[in-house]
Amino acid sequence: MELTGADILLECLKREGVDVVFGFPGGAVIDIYDAIPRYSLRHVLVRHEQGAVHAADGYARASGKVGVALVTSGPGATNTVTGIANAYCDSIPMVVITGQVPTPLIGNDAFQEVDIVGITRPCTKHNYLVKDVDQLATVIRQAFYLARSGRPGPVLVDLPKDVVQAKTKFVYPKSVKMRSYNPTIKPNKLQLKKAVDMFLDAKRPLFYVGGGVISSNGSEELSWLARNLNIPVTATLMGLGAFPGDDPLFLGMLGMHGTYAANMGINNCDVMIAVGARFDDRVTGKLDAFAPEAKIVHVDIDPTSIRKNVRVDVPVVSDCLEALKGFKELAQARLDEKDWKKVHQPWVDQVQGWKVEHPLTYKIDPECNKDSGDGKIKPQFVVETIYELSKGDAIIATEVGQNQMWAAQFYHYNKPRTLLTSGGLGTMGYGFPAAIGAQLAFPDKLVVDIAGDGSIQMNIQELITAVCNDLPVKIVILNNTYLGMVRQWQELFYARNYCATCMDAQPDFVALAKAYGAEGYRITEPEDVKPVLQEAFALPKACIIDVRVTKEENVYPMVPAGASLTEMLLV
Amino acid sequence: MRHVLSVLVENEPGVLSRISGLFSGRGFNIETLNVGPTLEEGVSLMTITTTGDNQIIEQIIKQLRKLITVIKVVDLTEMQAVEREMMLIKVNAENGNRAEILRTVDIFRCKVVDVATTEMTIEVTGNQGKLCALVNLLSRFGIKEIARTGTVALKRSMQLD
Ligand SMILES: Cc1ncc(C[n+]2csc(CCOP(=O)(O)OP(=O)(O)O)c2C)c(N)n1
Repeated sequence: MELTGADILLECLKREGVDVVFGFPGGAVIDIYDAIPRYSLRHVLVRHEQGAVHAADGYARASGKVGVALVTSGPGATNTVTGIANAYCDSIPMVVITGQVPTPLIGNDAFQEVDIVGITRPCTKHNYLVKDVDQLATVIRQAFYLARSGRPGPVLVDLPKDVVQAKTKFVYPKSVKMRSYNPTIKPNKLQLKKAVDMFLDAKRPLFYVGGGVISSNGSEELSWLARNLNIPVTATLMGLGAFPGDDPLFLGMLGMHGTYAANMGINNCDVMIAVGARFDDRVTGKLDAFAPEAKIVHVDIDPTSIRKNVRVDVPVVSDCLEALKGFKELAQARLDEKDWKKVHQPWVDQVQGWKVEHPLTYKIDPECNKDSGDGKIKPQFVVETIYELSKGDAIIATEVGQNQMWAAQFYHYNKPRTLLTSGGLGTMGYGFPAAIGAQLAFPDKLVVDIAGDGSIQMNIQELITAVCNDLPVKIVILNNTYLGMVRQWQELFYARNYCATCMDAQPDFVALAKAYGAEGYRITEPEDVKPVLQEAFALPKACIIDVRVTKEENVYPMVPAGASLTEMLLV
Repeated sequence: MRHVLSVLVENEPGVLSRISGLFSGRGFNIETLNVGPTLEEGVSLMTITTTGDNQIIEQIIKQLRKLITVIKVVDLTEMQAVEREMMLIKVNAENGNRAEILRTVDIFRCKVVDVATTEMTIEVTGNQGKLCALVNLLSRFGIKEIARTGTVALKRSMQLD
């Protein structure tokens, strides 16, 4: 029997195990929408295509599956670009399907035509324009394979309307063969051994882990290694949750807003084991001064990550889980040889000393700007309260800015896939739609978007998506009436020239929530933080909680851009 | 240092733009880029000459390999290779100069492919050094136009060390 392109697409999605698609219709994809009701596929209608892509991204991060978005040609397609670039930077598995004008019109400046394959070439892992319905099944199969294998990433498939309408016999390819694509999954044994010898015999070894540990599901192996060999761990923003945040061996996040202990650890370690992290400039600070005493082992599935920014002594190209398994095996064989815990104990003591010396903290000033009407609530306290109330069992999404850094610092991520945040691109407006995606994957979990008053306005329209899909996402706005992070830079490095960062002209967030059919709360007193959050978290309904926090609070520690990690400004 | 990269690619629409986009987007330098079909249907060979220190060349090669449509990348600089480029060069050729130009053409084993009363077009193939030398020699007569293909290269069959 012959099927239309639309049916072939949906049959492929079924075989790929896709249960939810985030999308927004239009002329170029109307045939696909015409077919959707015939499939047991949940389609979530968003209100902006950027929301669809971020939601697919949040769904993917939380569940570990491939996220899928479906949009129309032209403006629908261009609206996805930020979301795609965001997923690309953070290596999130995703397939984005865009409609395209019929093939005979391509290149003619047709209505709603845009060269989306050209536009997204630099920000997708790969992309396709399907010109013939006979290729469709193969392309979709390849797209999912590429999205989830190797270093994961977004893949875009552009479908012209006539291809979607054309008919052909449906054959789902049994396997994918691409001679030009063979990611290295298994590590080189010799390199593994070199690495293990190096970090076992080190005096001051340190794990520096990133998102790769989470996406490869390598957390258990990492924890085994750290605990059995007594090696402290620091994580990037993307790596939070890869190792339990409340473990005594955990030093917290490193880098620009990293902890004192983590950054001192980097500065003093003699062997660094970097796993699934890419030495981003927000992490390394001044490159010449980064880990000056350390020999570096770098595990990454993407060879381009290795030696891109720093010299590496032992490169291991491999899936992180596979490499960690390999490390574990070799280390296990050497467990009887020496008491490794004891060997590393003086170093662990030193590191833990730093934790005690300069813990993450903030100043509570009871008289805080009473007369100016400034908020008395410390944003860090709000994040701590969210942790306390959720017992660390929530999925936290964040927006971008100070809210994101406080969410990284003051909530402990004890399990992988519990923090959804835009690490590489820093996309304001990411968190809320991502939270929607995560809530769809885990309907019974508490999902909280920790937001800034600026960021939340970038995709606030998705409130109705949450409401009409019965998604009880909580948005906690740390409302400082500023684009806080930019204001912080203006304060510290631009002589307090607060140009274009004051946001005191604001919507009434409580009324806005209600207008969308969600619940709204406002908190202005510190003693209300806990009870109101408690009430909101218990409500089976989407909520905005507008918390008026201290306006000019800054994120500390801070390493000024381009400085070395030891040049931290502390509280 | 200058490197000559031999890049085997799937011959699909957009493959050239993926590669040139990789260079421009990441701030790598392309000196020349040449594409043509190979013996195998659907596969093209690109010869790219580029410059950069070791770390940059390593990144260029790895980034090229990461592209899904790239089948193979070889750095020919690390081995013995035959390198050629073709150039068409249109030069002023007044009566007094003709004999001298033709002598030069002879020595360089090039061909005259077009002649008019006051100018002549010469076809030459060779490595970069030879092409530069010819341009130098002919420049005193006045060069009107040049068209170059960019380098093409193949690994030598015998790798002697
Ligand atoms: C789409 C986008 N535009 C601009 C920026 C630059 N930027 C980074 S942080 C920030 C301020 C965010 O303000 P807000 O959401 O209120 O959060 P706060 O820092 O106050 O917690 C801005 C404008 C960005 N990251 N993303």
